[in-house]
Amino acid sequence: MGTEVCGEYLVTTPDVVLRVDKVSKKFSLGEMHDSLRDLIPGLVGQLIGRPPTSARKTDFWALQNVSFELNRGEAFGIVGANGAGKSTVLKLITGIMEPTAGQVAVKGRLSALIEVGAGFHPDLTGRENVYLNGAILGMKPAEIGRKFDAIVEFSGLADFIDTPVKRYSTGMYARLGFSVAAHVDPDILIVDEVLSVGDVVFQNRCLEKMNSIISSGATVVFVSHNLRAIAELCPRSILLEHGKVVSAGPSQEVLTAYLERSSAHGRPSRSTNVFVSGLRTRNSRSEAVSFETKEKIWVDVEAECTEDSEPFSVVIYLSDDRQYVVFHTSSEYLGYEPISLKPGERFSCTFEMTLNLGGGTYYLGVVLHRFNVQKDLDRLFPAATIFVNSEPTVRGAVNPCPKIVAFGLLTEIEPGKEAIKR
Amino acid sequence: MEGINDSGNDEAVVNMPLRRSPRLVEALLKLIERRDLLYMITWREIKIRYKQSVMGFLWAILLPAVIVTAGIAVRYGMSAISGKPIHGQEIAGVTVKGLLWAFFAGALRFSSTSLIGNSNLVTKIYMPREIFPLASILSQLLDLAVASILVVIIFIVVRLGASWQLLWVPILLLITIALATGWAFLVSAACLFFRDVKYLVEVVITFAIFVTPVFYTVEMFRKWANVLLLNPLAPILEGLEKCIVYRTMPSVPWTLYSATVAFVSLVGGFYLFKKWEPKFAESI
Repeated sequence: MGTEVCGEYLVTTPDVVLRVDKVSKKFSLGEMHDSLRDLIPGLVGQLIGRPPTSARKTDFWALQNVSFELNRGEAFGIVGANGAGKSTVLKLITGIMEPTAGQVAVKGRLSALIEVGAGFHPDLTGRENVYLNGAILGMKPAEIGRKFDAIVEFSGLADFIDTPVKRYSTGMYARLGFSVAAHVDPDILIVDEVLSVGDVVFQNRCLEKMNSIISSGATVVFVSHNLRAIAELCPRSILLEHGKVVSAGPSQEVLTAYLERSSAHGRPSRSTNVFVSGLRTRNSRSEAVSFETKEKIWVDVEAECTEDSEPFSVVIYLSDDRQYVVFHTSSEYLGYEPISLKPGERFSCTFEMTLNLGGGTYYLGVVLHRFNVQKDLDRLFPAATIFVNSEPTVRGAVNPCPKIVAFGLLTEIEPGKEAIKR
Repeated sequence: MEGINDSGNDEAVVNMPLRRSPRLVEALLKLIERRDLLYMITWREIKIRYKQSVMGFLWAILLPAVIVTAGIAVRYGMSAISGKPIHGQEIAGVTVKGLLWAFFAGALRFSSTSLIGNSNLVTKIYMPREIFPLASILSQLLDLAVASILVVIIFIVVRLGASWQLLWVPILLLITIALATGWAFLVSAACLFFRDVKYLVEVVITFAIFVTPVFYTVEMFRKWANVLLLNPLAPILEGLEKCIVYRTMPSVPWTLYSATVAFVSLVGGFYLFKKWEPKFAESI
C-alpha cells in the first residue's frame, strides 16, 4: 500500500485522517534582520561587496524526514525531550507553519489545544471570552450558545462568568480555557502539554475528559511529557529526538525506548566491585513499562562483579512521584540466602509482584545490600519507571480493591441483615 | 475522486487535501467561512478600545474633530492671507475630507500593528491571518460611521442640501476602503517582518497630509493640480467634496484612476499577504 501525490491530493486509504509524509522543517538561526534599520545597511553593504559583519545565518533543521499517519478514532502520542521537535510537528499539522520539505494531509475539522485560553483578553468577562475563544477555535456562535451552559458547568466558574477575566486566578483561567477547548468537538484533536497546567485536581479532570473524548471516537494527537497519560491514553506513539523519529509503534515500546535514552535513569554506579548490570520490567507477554492495576509484573535484576564479591542480597523498592517509598522487599526477606559472585559470573534474580497500586507513575529502585553489616554494594535509582493505570475509583498509591457492601439510611435492622443498597 | 492505487490492492483509496498555500479564491472562500471569527475579533478590538477609555465612543469623534478643527484653522489662515472671505461650504468641505482622511490614517496606523499585537494567536492557532488587519479596518469604519452620523446631523441642521450626486458617496467610500485594505495587508505583513515599519507608517501619515488635499483643494494649485491628483486619495477627497458640498459630479476619469489603483492595491496586497503568511509564525 503506497501513497502518491496526485495533483493536489495525497492518495491514501479511507481510514487515515492525518498523514505526515517525509516532513522536514528548517529554521534560520543567527542575526536576523528584523528591522529596516538593520536591513538597509545590510543590503547596501551587500551591494558594494562588503562582507556581512554579523555572524553567518546558520540553518537549524528542527525536523528531518518525519512520517506517520493516523487512523480515524485513534489516539496517538508524540514524546521526546524538550527541543526534539514535538511542537514544531504540531504547528505543521495545524497549518500554523509550512514544511520546508514533505507534505501534511488532513481530513476533517482540526482543533488544537496548544494554548489554553488563546485570545482571552483580561478586560473582557468570562462569558465574552468563552464566545471569543470558541470562535478562535473554530466554533460558530450558535454552537457556542448551545454548549455554553455545559462549558460553564465543566469549568465550575458559574459564579464568576460575568466578571472580567483579569480578576481570575491562574487556575480559574486555565479551567475556563480548557473547558472551552474541550467542547469544540473536532474530527481531529491536537493536544500539546495542556495537561501540565493547573493543580492535580484539574489535571485529573482533564485526563478524564480526554478519556471520554477518545472513547467517543475522536482522533487525538497527544504531545506530552506526562508519560503516564500517554501510556494510558495512546495505543501507538512516536519518539522524536533532535527532529528525527527514533522509535515508532506500540506505546510500550516507544516509552521504554524514551526512558532508556533519557538521562532520567542513572547509570549503575560502580562504587564497589559488584554492580547491577541489567534490569528489566516485564508483563506476562513482553517487556513493558505500563501496567494495569492488580496486574502482575516481573522484575529481572542482573548483577556482575569484577572481583570476588561479598555476599549480598537484592533489594527492590518502589517510590511514587512524591519520592515516598511505597514498599520495599528483598531476596533476603523472601527467604533467599545472600549470594557471592565471582568475576565472569552473571547473576539474575526475578521478582514477581502483583501491582495493587493506584494509578500513577512509580520509580523502581534496586540496591545490592549486605544486611548483616548494613552496607550498600550498589545502588541504582531510578532503575526503571513504570506507569500504573487504574480506574478512577481509587486514588493514591495503594489499591486495596475497595467495594461498598452497605449503603443507605439506617432503619430497624436486625444484626446481620444488610441495609438498603442504593 | 476515488481510484485504485498502483500496488494492485483492492482497497479503494480516497484523496486527502494537501496542506498547501491557498490560492486567492480558495483563501477568500476560507475567509468567508470564518467570517464569524472576523466579527468576533473586530468586536473585541472595539470593545477593548472603548472599555479602556474614559470617553468611550467619543474617541471615535475626537481624532476627526481634531483634524477638522485644524483644517478650519488652516482655511481661516489662508483666507486671511489671500483676503478672500471664507464660505461655510469650505468648512463643510474640510469636515468631510477630514473625516475620510481620519479613517484612512487610522486604518493604516492600527493595521500596521495588528499582526504583531496578536502574536500569540498568530503563533499558536491556525486561522486566516488577514482577519487581523481586516478587523482594524472594520473598527475604523465603525468610528467613521459614528462620526458621519454626527456630521450628517450637522449638515441637515445647517441645511447644506442634498442632491442625486450623493449617490457617488458609497462608490467613493468603497474605493477608499479597498485602497486602505490593500495597504493594510502590506503594512501589517511588513511590520511583522521589520518592526520599525510602524514608525515609518507614522511618519508617512504625518507628511502625507501635506500632499493630500484635505485642508485645501487641488484647484488652488492650478498647474500642479494634476500632479496632486496622482495621489489616489486625492480624486476621492475632491470627489466627496464636490458631490456632498457643491452638488456637482466628481471627475469620472480621475475616479476611475483611483478605483484602478485601489483594486490593484487590494488584489496585490491580499496576494502578497497570503504568499508571505506561511512565514509569519516563525518570523514574529
